[in-house]
Amino acid sequence: MAPEAETLPLRTSEDVVIARQQVRARAVENGFSLIDQTKLVTAASELARNALHYGGGGTMTIEVFVDDRRRGIKLTFLDEGPGIVDIALALKDGYTTGGGLGLGLGGAKRLVNEFGIESKPGSGTKVTIARWR
Amino acid sequence: MERIPILKMGNYLLVTIQVDMHDRLAMTLQDDLTSKVVNTRAKAVLIDISALEMVDSFIGRMIANIAAMARILDAETVVVGMRPAVAITLVELGMPLKGVRTALDVEKGMALLRDSLLTHEDNGA
Repeated sequence: MAPEAETLPLRTSEDVVIARQQVRARAVENGFSLIDQTKLVTAASELARNALHYGGGGTMTIEVFVDDRRRGIKLTFLDEGPGIVDIALALKDGYTTGGGLGLGLGGAKRLVNEFGIESKPGSGTKVTIARWR
Repeated sequence: MERIPILKMGNYLLVTIQVDMHDRLAMTLQDDLTSKVVNTRAKAVLIDISALEMVDSFIGRMIANIAAMARILDAETVVVGMRPAVAITLVELGMPLKGVRTALDVEKGMALLRDSLLTHEDNGA
């Protein structure tokens, strides 16, 4: 089955709420357990906020994947912000450049099955996460 | 402006968060509650989060901040009704909310606050 993709804007803090509600709706439709739903929605909220605060806004794309063995949801967060100079440092708990707690990236990574990040200074950041049912 | 209502009952302030809060709304609640602790001379704050399906690091930090600020202003805070899936997720996120008192429901939370206010008075404070 081809992935159905849906892209949402992340321009305001209300957009972050709408984004996480959409993730919740897709997770429920696809039979995720309550705990798996909550983990994915929480990771989505952290990454959507990052795209807004550090990336100056961006988008989130939701894709549902189904194959013979498993079903999952993949989320891609894109921004065109300043990018991340040191990704390993950005993933460390407690490290922040924005006055937050520094739990967003590392915390989101712990809440999902797959996590990928691509960023270069000056060319924005792309974070991809997936959680399988 | 959108706001979460804060109810005053005697020495207590009661808040039930029933909406999925965006970040500004969470910040407004933090500011409103802190001012209200001072203006009403409240001794205890009860925050019911049983309707929240998700608590991320931002909302978690707001809850921790409210408890810390209220303590400095001589009021106790208890957070009640956290859903099990939310508790599991918060711990994995790396935010175990140390320093925040919790109770399973409103009734247990009120009992906890009552006991702690009585102890406070007994100590002559």
